[in-house]
Amino acid sequence: GKNEYDLLVIGGGSGGLACAKEAAQFGRKVAVLDYVEPSPQGTKWGLGGTCVNVGCIPKKLMHQAALLGSALKDAQHYGWNIAQPVHHTWSVMAQAVQNYVKSLNWGHRVQLQDKKVKYFNMKGSFSDPHTIRGLTKAGKETVVTAENIVIATGGRPKYPTHIAGALEYGITSDDLFWLKESPGKTLTPFVFNVSLECAGFLSGLGLDTTVMMRSIPLRGFDQQMASLVTEHMESHGTKFLKKCFPTKVEKLESNRLQVTWKNTDLGTEETDSFNTVMWAVGRAPETETLNLETVGVKTNSETGKIIVDASEATSVPHIYAVGDITEGRPELTPTAIAAGKLLAQRLFGQSSELMDYDNVPTTVFTPLEYSCVGLSEEAAVQCYGSDNVEVYHAYYKPLEFTVAERDATQCYMKMVCLREREQRILGLHFIGPNAGEVIQGFALGIKCGATYPQLMKTIGIHPTCAEEITKLHITKRSGLDATVTGC
Amino acid sequence: EAAKYEKKVMVLDFVMPTPLGNSWGLGGTCVNVGCIPKKLMHQAALLGQALQDSRKYGWQFTEEVKHNWMTMTESVQNYIGSLNWGYRVSLREKNVTYENAYGEFVGPHTVKATNKRGVEKLYTAERFLIATGERPRYLGIPGDKEYCISSDDLFSLPYCPGKTLVVGASYVALECAGFLAGLGLDVTVMVRSILLRGFDQDIANKIGEYMEEHGINFIREFVPIKVEQIEEGTPGRLKVTAKSTTGNQIIEGEYNTVLLAIGRDACTRKIGLDKVGVKINEKTGKIPVNDEEQTNVPYIYAVGDILQDKLELTPVAIQAGRLLVQRLYGGATSKCDYVNVPTTVFTPLEYGACGYSEETAVEKFGEENIEVYHSHFWPLEWTVPSRDNNKCYAKIICNIQDNERVIGFHVLGPNAGEITQGFAAAMKCGLTKEQLDSTIGIHPVCAEV
Repeated sequence: GKNEYDLLVIGGGSGGLACAKEAAQFGRKVAVLDYVEPSPQGTKWGLGGTCVNVGCIPKKLMHQAALLGSALKDAQHYGWNIAQPVHHTWSVMAQAVQNYVKSLNWGHRVQLQDKKVKYFNMKGSFSDPHTIRGLTKAGKETVVTAENIVIATGGRPKYPTHIAGALEYGITSDDLFWLKESPGKTLTPFVFNVSLECAGFLSGLGLDTTVMMRSIPLRGFDQQMASLVTEHMESHGTKFLKKCFPTKVEKLESNRLQVTWKNTDLGTEETDSFNTVMWAVGRAPETETLNLETVGVKTNSETGKIIVDASEATSVPHIYAVGDITEGRPELTPTAIAAGKLLAQRLFGQSSELMDYDNVPTTVFTPLEYSCVGLSEEAAVQCYGSDNVEVYHAYYKPLEFTVAERDATQCYMKMVCLREREQRILGLHFIGPNAGEVIQGFALGIKCGATYPQLMKTIGIHPTCAEEITKLHITKRSGLDATVTGC
Repeated sequence: EAAKYEKKVMVLDFVMPTPLGNSWGLGGTCVNVGCIPKKLMHQAALLGQALQDSRKYGWQFTEEVKHNWMTMTESVQNYIGSLNWGYRVSLREKNVTYENAYGEFVGPHTVKATNKRGVEKLYTAERFLIATGERPRYLGIPGDKEYCISSDDLFSLPYCPGKTLVVGASYVALECAGFLAGLGLDVTVMVRSILLRGFDQDIANKIGEYMEEHGINFIREFVPIKVEQIEEGTPGRLKVTAKSTTGNQIIEGEYNTVLLAIGRDACTRKIGLDKVGVKINEKTGKIPVNDEEQTNVPYIYAVGDILQDKLELTPVAIQAGRLLVQRLYGGATSKCDYVNVPTTVFTPLEYGACGYSEETAVEKFGEENIEVYHSHFWPLEWTVPSRDNNKCYAKIICNIQDNERVIGFHVLGPNAGEITQGFAAAMKCGLTKEQLDSTIGIHPVCAEV
């Protein structure tokens, strides 16, 4: 028989919603299934996916709250008389953030309605390549058929289940942003950008925070920049336990959590107690309950992610996937949205444009922000050889830090270029305030094939931090002091 | 830069005190009475706003927060002092001779330098570079020099300006009015006709609207004709009489401080240019140069604010100066690229721009040949404290006939300068709308819009 819908999207997050809404623009019959399995601690949320509910949005808002704490200190240097002491109340912030997130959930519902996209709050799984079985929370079943299906179920935080007590007593980012009360003294073991960002703002809000890492921070990112970021956090109140990994978590009578860990450097075992342990050991794709084997959608055996080609097609015709669930793609909202939109345009809009995953800019919202686009220095050297790569760099001091007497030791930028005549820019890295705002425009330039000479011809805007990028001229090769001095 | 090529270089710098007796050290306008103190005071005002926001994010402190002008000004002046010092050291390290003296031409290849105490010395050189910049213009009405201040005085004012009247609609006027209001002062801006002449008018009006909605009074189509002192003091009380530009209406107002920001005049009239034959524009005082910054006298060059038909911006001056020297002594051929120079106005709602304004684009290319893409946006950080959700704005202007090349970029919102810089670089690389569309945004930041 005929399929009910032209397009069925499983997963109402950044990628899924973008795809659904775009398809609806072409007058197609579209449906979205979204369901949030509660976290082990019982946290759940509304329509919108990770970004809106437990990702980018609440993260940036809490990061902003922490930045405002610094601003309060700066303000005194600029003449504002604020009576000490200054307190932060978690519940006021959490309430405000959660209210905003809920307004976004609502906004998405309204948008779907406006665009005549049918929304099912159900958990979907495949019965056959064109049929999805949806289950509501209450257990009621609905069968939906569609010509095309897009899987956009994203990922959820992993638990280190091999560590005793990890699941029972620890939380993840899924829970952190929905806590009604302050997490108190917190430990975040392992170091992906999520844990660093969270540790960063928790420290900024005045909480006793410790990051525990076994080896290197921010794996996959430029390592020089990663260490500057963690150095800054260390000198601003976040504790770091390096070369350590936890072995067990127990609950004490006082309700605090006792964590035991091994220090691989000293070969010792240590313990301490915390109010909260937040795991950030990576995210696992949400594919288990989809029943992918029934329809033959291939996944990567190591990561569990769905394998797609350049047009987001899976191994089964008419079944596609976008977002965090797909193998080999950056786990970012803007790429999911772009991929979702382009997919809809190709399916229903006679477009043939494929998603370009190269030179995707990104930002880590640690207390001192880090943004980058293109290759890390090590990737460039590996790809082209150190003789063919030139790195221009500079340590700078944001003007606003001067009067505020803030430490700018880790404010740093570097441009990785090809050394040959044209000097095309391979990667740009920036640590400092508003790093995301700084890098965005340059990412555009790199998309246009920007070269070092072109950037040098660009006049700077004064006084900003971004202008220092247009003034980069000291190379690492020269060994000269790269500190910016004066106007 | 010239010293790098082992040339024997001398710099003459002298600051004629303001009518009220103010002066400053080495570094020029930007460092002492321009970009630097301006951005720091703007930051102080932004922090005031941040204080308000922070309560919504859970920070708690006493209800009443007051701003202390003296604390801020002292910090700012200390920082400027360190920059003055830094320049002196830098010149010394590079073996550039520095004299704190007023320079003027007295004959071919010869300059007379007069220091503060009146001691005169003569110097000769193979080449000369004039970079004397500008100073604020006065109205030429009774009481202006005696009782009014300018931006030359504001940043080191040893007392809080209090209730202030800002005369002018330049970016200097609006930036100063903006931060004074942000620090809690009662501010009025008196505008003769339009805001931010030369800038995109659509955006200029949005900036004015925003300022008005946030407590700054605007008196439009009036000019002051008289300033009288009611009471002496720091600050005192002044009476300002103003006349309408459209009729005969006269109004009066009382203020503690009157800040004039009606424009700047080039410092070219009293430096002996006639003695060496350097032509200047008699009306504006600016010096016309060719595309290699050379005046009509081959061995005399000029850079910076005094140039005719060039942008009055620090980075432009720096770039022009450096490239000039590289051409003279380094065998280079690069000329300063004055096209698509980005700029930012640091009003309470910041405005970053690069390329054509909408009206100049329409004028040059014709309305049917340009496409304007625009959007309002709500910075994520403004959501929680419930700040304006419809004020931030971005637009790009594309040339349809040239592959939809981006010829104008405008953004109105926080950190506009940081956002605009990268886009300026991209425009230098010939950015088109298609390339812009295919670039992924960083989320969540304002720039991704």
